[in-house]
Amino acid sequence: MGIEASRSRKIEPQQPGAPVTTQPAMTLAPDADGVSAPIHASTHADGGKVEAVGGTPTVSDAGTRMTGAEMVIRALADQGVEHLFGYPGGAVLPIYDALFHQDQVRHILVRHEQGAVHAAEGYARSTGKVGCVLVTSGPGATNSVTGLTDALCDSIPLVCITGQVPTHMIGNDAFQECDTVGITRPCTKYNYLVKNIADLPRVLHEAFYVAASGRPGPVVVDIPKDIQFASGAYARPNEFPHRGYRPRLHGDIDKIKAAVALMAAAKRPLFYTGGGVINSGPAAARLLRELLRLTGFPVTSTLMGLGAVPATDPQWLGMLGMHGTYEANLAMHDCDVMVCLGARFDDRITGRLDAFAPHSRKIHIDIDPSSINKNVKVDIGIVGDCAHVLDDIVRLWRDVRPAPDRGALKAWWGQIEKWRGRKSLAYRASDDIIKPQYAIERLYAATKDRDVYITTEVGQHQMWAAQFFGFKEPNRWMTSGGLGTMGYGLPAAVGVQVAHPDSLVIDIAGEASVLMTMQEMSTAAQYRLPIKIFILNNQYMGMVRQWQELLHGGRYSESYTAALPDFVKLAEAYHAVGIRCEKPVDLDAAIAEMIEVKKPVIFDCVVDPAENCFPMIPSGRAHNEMILGDAAQSLEDAVTEEGKVMV
Amino acid sequence: MSTSTSTTHYPAATVKEAIESHTLAVIVDNEPGVLARVIGLFSGRGYNIESLTVSETEHEKHLSRITIATRGTPMVIEQIKNQLDRMVPVHRVVDMTIAGPAIERELAMVKVRGKGDNRVEALRLSDAFRARVIDATAESFVFEITGGSEKIDQFINLMLPLGLVEVSRTGIVAIARGPDGM
Repeated sequence: MGIEASRSRKIEPQQPGAPVTTQPAMTLAPDADGVSAPIHASTHADGGKVEAVGGTPTVSDAGTRMTGAEMVIRALADQGVEHLFGYPGGAVLPIYDALFHQDQVRHILVRHEQGAVHAAEGYARSTGKVGCVLVTSGPGATNSVTGLTDALCDSIPLVCITGQVPTHMIGNDAFQECDTVGITRPCTKYNYLVKNIADLPRVLHEAFYVAASGRPGPVVVDIPKDIQFASGAYARPNEFPHRGYRPRLHGDIDKIKAAVALMAAAKRPLFYTGGGVINSGPAAARLLRELLRLTGFPVTSTLMGLGAVPATDPQWLGMLGMHGTYEANLAMHDCDVMVCLGARFDDRITGRLDAFAPHSRKIHIDIDPSSINKNVKVDIGIVGDCAHVLDDIVRLWRDVRPAPDRGALKAWWGQIEKWRGRKSLAYRASDDIIKPQYAIERLYAATKDRDVYITTEVGQHQMWAAQFFGFKEPNRWMTSGGLGTMGYGLPAAVGVQVAHPDSLVIDIAGEASVLMTMQEMSTAAQYRLPIKIFILNNQYMGMVRQWQELLHGGRYSESYTAALPDFVKLAEAYHAVGIRCEKPVDLDAAIAEMIEVKKPVIFDCVVDPAENCFPMIPSGRAHNEMILGDAAQSLEDAVTEEGKVMV
Repeated sequence: MSTSTSTTHYPAATVKEAIESHTLAVIVDNEPGVLARVIGLFSGRGYNIESLTVSETEHEKHLSRITIATRGTPMVIEQIKNQLDRMVPVHRVVDMTIAGPAIERELAMVKVRGKGDNRVEALRLSDAFRARVIDATAESFVFEITGGSEKIDQFINLMLPLGLVEVSRTGIVAIARGPDGM
C-alpha cells in the first residue's frame, strides 16, 4: 500500500444525493441470524440473574447479507445516528464507499481527527445522544486519542470506528498500522478489535449500549480492512445487547431512606451537583429543581454540572471549587450535611483534602461505584442513576413530610447571604480597556433570551464563562472539565451546530487555545455552520501567566504568544467574518453584529492582558483560604511550598 | 509557610490507614485483551500486584477466573474492587479475604542441584514438606510442592543452602470453604 492510498482528500465533499439503496425491511426478532448468539445466561456483580436472550433462532429471518463496511453504516442507521464526524484514509475506504451509497447517515468531514472527536463530544453533550466518529488506522487513530481521553474524563458517550490494516498484517508493522486497541485501552470505556465478520453486528450494537449506559464513555471499534470487505449476515440491535454488563440504575432504597433522614435533620445542608445530573437526562434536572423547592436547601455545582439549576434561581450559589464563588466554597466548608449528586470530589473541587468540609456528613449518589469513597470518605454512598435516585428521594420526602429545623435553616441562609454580600466575582471596571469579565457579561446580556449553546476552550476565559454566563438549562454548556483540553471548544461548537442548525452556538475562547484546532473553521465554512468564535484575546496563555505570577515570581516563561495571527484576516481566509473590538464602548454593537451575521464569525475581543481569574483557592489550600480579587496583593504568600508542587 | 517536601501532584490522603493484604477472585469474559485491561488498571492507577493467576474455568461460557493478591489501605482495596467491578468484561469480584474462610494455595517447582549430604538432606526435607520429586538426575532434583505461600517460601529458604538453582511458582489461587460457590 502506498502513500497515495492513505488520507485521500475529496475536493467536493458535499456529495449530491447519491442513489439510495433501500434495504429490505427487517421486521423479525433480533439476533435471529444465529451468528452472534453467545450464551447469554450469566450473573453480574450485583448478583442479579441476567435474562437469557438470543440463543436459538426462532424466526426464519436469516439476516440480510452485506459487507462489513455496509454493516457499519447500517448499524449506525439502526442506532439512530444521523451525523458522523470523520476523516477518510486507506484503512477505512470501504466504509467511506458504503457511506457514498446511502443518505441516512450524513458525514461531516473535519480537518483533523481530534476535531472529529471533539465535534462528536459537542454533538453528544448537547443532544444526549451518542456521538459518532469514523477515522482511519495509524495516525487517524492516534490523533483521536486526545478526544477519547477527554470524553472518558467527562463521561461523554461516543462510538469511534477506526480502520485497521488487514488481519493478516496486524503485528507486522504495516503501513499506517498501530496497536489501536492497546493505545486506546486506558482512554476508552471499552474497545474492540473485530477479527471475524460474524462478530461485527453484535460488536457494533454493543458499542452503542456500552457507550450510553451506566457512566457514559467513549468506545472504540477497530475494524481491519479485510473485515470491511468480508460478507456476512447482519443482525439488528438486540434488546439485551451485552451478556454481562448491566449498570445499576436504582439506588438501594434503605440507603436512600437513611439519606432522606439525614437531610431532614440537617441544620446547614448543601446540594453539590455535577455532570452526572446532566448525563442522567432532563428528568434529573427537573427532579433536582423539584427537590430544591421541597427542601429549601442551597445548591452549588461543579463546572460540568452547570445548567442543571438555573443561574437565576435564588437557591443557586454559583459554581464551587478552585474558581468558585465565595458563598459556594464557604458553604461547602461549613455545611453539616452535603448531598453530592453525580459529582466525584475532584481535586479542583476539594482543595486540601484534610480540610475539606470538616464538619459535614456526606451523602454521595453516583452511577459509578468507584467514584464513591475514592477521594473523600462518605457516610452514605448510593450507587445509582441520578434521575432514578432523585425520583426516590422526592417521593420519600413527600411521603415522610419531614419537619426540617426551620430556625437553623434560616440562620444558615442568613450566613450564606452574608457571604454573598462579599460579591466575590466583583472586578474593577474600566472605560479604556475591555475587562474579560465585562465581555462575558455583555455577551450573556445579548444572548440570554436566545436559543444559545456555549462551548469553551480551557483556561481563564473558561472560568470567566462559567462564572459570568448564566445557564438556564442542562445540555447548553460544553466544556472540557476533567482533561482540560485546549482546543476543545471550536470543534465542539461545530458538533453542536450540526445538531442544532438554527441555534446560536458560541465558542468562548482564548486566543492560545483556539489556535490549537483553528483548522476546523474550514469545516464550519464547508457545512455553512454559523458558529461564533468569541476570543478573549489577552495575548497570553492567561491561566499559565496567572500561575507564573502566583508561583514563579512573575517570570512569564513562554506564556506570551508573540506574532499572533490577525484574527480578522484569518476569519476571512476561512470564508468567515472577522470582527475586532478593542474598546468597551464598542462592545455591545460588535456583539450584536456577530449574532446577526449568518456565517461563521471569529470575534477578536482584545481584553486586559493583566487580568487574573478570581476568586481562587490556591493548590494545597482549603475552601476557607480562598483569595478574592480585591485582596490580590497578597498573592505572593498565597501558595505554600507544598502547594507549589501541585497542579 | 510549610516546608514539607511532598512531591505528589494531589492532596495527601485524609487518613493514614494501615496496609492490608487481600486476595481477590475476579470472574471475567475470556476474550482477547482482558488480562491487559486488568493489569493496565493496576499499573495505570498505581496499585500493587503481589501475585496474579489466570485461567479459563468455564469453557462453554468463555469465563476465566483471575486471582489477584494485592496490598493497600482499606480505601485503596475498596477502590481496586470497584474499579475492577465496573469494567465491562468483569462479571464478579469477590474479596476472598473478607468473604469468609477461604483456602489459598500455590504450586511451585523447585530445582536443587547437589551431591552427598546436601542431596540426602534435600530429599529428607521434601518428604517433610510433602513435596514430590518430578524429575531427578544424578546431581539434581525438581520438586513439586503445593501449599500456602508461606510454606513454599519456607521450603525454598531451606533449599537455598542445599543447592537451589531455580524456582517457578504459579501464584496464588483461592476458593471459599464450605458448600457454596461464589
